[in-house]
Amino acid sequence: MSHLPVLPFLLPLLAAAALLLLDRAPLAARRAVALAATAAGLVLASLLVARASSGTISVYAIGDWPPPYGIVLVVDRLAALMVLLVFLLALAAQLMATGAVERAGRHFHALFQLQLAGLAGAFLTGDLFNLFVCFEILLLASYALLVHGLGAERARAGLLYVGLNLVGSTVFLVAIALLYGTLGTLTLADMALRLPDLPADSVAPARAGLVLLTLVFLLKAALLPLGFWLPHVYAAAAAPVAALFALMTKVGIVALLRVSVLAFGDAPAAERLFEPWLPLLALLTIALGTAGAFAARRLAVVAANLVVISSGTLLFAAARGGAEATAALLFYLPHTTLVTGGFFLLTGAIALGRGADADRLVRGPVLAGRSALSLAFLVLAIAAAGLPPLSGFLAKLMLMQAAGGAWQAAWWAVLLLSGLGVTMVLARVASTLFWEPAGRADAPVASRRTGPAGAVALALAVAASPAMTAAAAPVSGFARAAARQLHDRGPYLEAVLAGHGAGRRAPADILREPRPGPSVLPEP
Amino acid sequence: MEAAVALGIGLLMGAGTWLVLRPTTFSVLLGLTLMAYGVNLLVFVSGRIDRSVPPLTLKGTSGWADPLPQALVLTAIVISFGMTAFFVALALRALGETGTDRADGRRSPAAGEGEEGP
Repeated sequence: MSHLPVLPFLLPLLAAAALLLLDRAPLAARRAVALAATAAGLVLASLLVARASSGTISVYAIGDWPPPYGIVLVVDRLAALMVLLVFLLALAAQLMATGAVERAGRHFHALFQLQLAGLAGAFLTGDLFNLFVCFEILLLASYALLVHGLGAERARAGLLYVGLNLVGSTVFLVAIALLYGTLGTLTLADMALRLPDLPADSVAPARAGLVLLTLVFLLKAALLPLGFWLPHVYAAAAAPVAALFALMTKVGIVALLRVSVLAFGDAPAAERLFEPWLPLLALLTIALGTAGAFAARRLAVVAANLVVISSGTLLFAAARGGAEATAALLFYLPHTTLVTGGFFLLTGAIALGRGADADRLVRGPVLAGRSALSLAFLVLAIAAAGLPPLSGFLAKLMLMQAAGGAWQAAWWAVLLLSGLGVTMVLARVASTLFWEPAGRADAPVASRRTGPAGAVALALAVAASPAMTAAAAPVSGFARAAARQLHDRGPYLEAVLAGHGAGRRAPADILREPRPGPSVLPEP
Repeated sequence: MEAAVALGIGLLMGAGTWLVLRPTTFSVLLGLTLMAYGVNLLVFVSGRIDRSVPPLTLKGTSGWADPLPQALVLTAIVISFGMTAFFVALALRALGETGTDRADGRRSPAAGEGEEGP
């Protein structure tokens, strides 16, 4: 058994521990350790993608306890893609944090690594309870990162965010208890096998569990009635932290996608769980995000609303189901994560350049380093609004072709109008920030340029969408293959339940073997 | 037995929900604690309430109670305890920063917008 699948989780965890031990070391040394860990994580993630791209599903049983009793990590194309995305965005965010942000409070780098461990774990796990634990790891790190370098606004946003997520965790546990009580398992693959054959009196509690589970994922993904916390919280966080937070909504969406496709399947307990309310709410979420972007008075709030829009778009595609819609979703997902993350980084750089005006959308002093920043803004704005020629346009095209179905008219209208709205908002923002500096040109400006590390981070963020456009064929090919692999559940189930320790028992026997009820286990 | 446990869990969750919806952080904290108790009990009994099998492996008995919920609930207790402790620390800090215990920050002096950004 290769240990590669567990390393992207272990490495940041060990790095976080090491960084805590190095507490007295100079900041430069701690930063070097943290950057080295993230870079190593990036290498590991690339190895995972290389291995997964051939279609192999790697299963890692922790402690070599065989599933369904042990905890498994599963690397398929989707998981590998998401882990790669985590470390890519993390590297840019960490470079951007060099300087003011990492000095604002203690333990920034350790918390950052802890968050990476949680994110990587949440994408790799093949077990519902382990997913809960990884959620908690990443949430606890995110609580601390959010209030990093405290202030009244961050304290209040933090309180709101922590309280809401604690309730979310409670609901997650209720869902887990209901599902364990009815199914007797929490391994996703095993759940997929047992859900269709539930006894009639267990269907209702299992369905309640599935609904609660969906609600928790939607809370993390900030769907309409559950998403009002997001703009407030993300806009309050420091720019590099907010960039990493752009990934956290995706944790909910990917978890929902995986659980709904893999475990819900066509089981009676999960019948018509999403239709018609989830597509409708997703469309309304897009509309709300667009309206929120219009109403925003700070660039960070605009960026946060871009995250809301992308969440709505992804959730619509996820709710529609079908391999084609999922393929479009998986092409849009890396694009939107990198672009919205990049937007937060750019917001940080612009706020730095404008001194006291920070990222408020008012006419202010001439921006330090205006030409480079305005070029970065142009590229990110084109990518975010989904205009040709960048990858946002390709992604939207794929989504419009694949995900419509019965919702075709509404879907196209909302997506196109939202694109128009985002274009208008970003054009207005650009003219305020870059073209109308007059106002108080004589006022003393305490602006600073972004340091060299921050410049590299920005360059990475800006290059993401053009790179995805240039490599559109291989990336969309990978997305299609990942979607097919996700929807073709057989190999995943086989790999988890039978592939491990093959030779001890024949795969078919394990799949058919009668299972004990949840109350009593047989003697080994 | 089932009815009593179910009622107890329902009472804890209901009281917790009511407290969480209160506007001050202290009652939210109490509510979250009660909800954590309720959910821990729920996880614990998800392996069924059963008196016919021993909780441990003993010689001469067949089978044993499902050990997994015990492991799950232990993890859940540790996590909810840690999270609650963090919430307390944050609430105290917010009280110091904003001068109010209300979760929505009302009655606090208008917060400046200058602290965000790197």
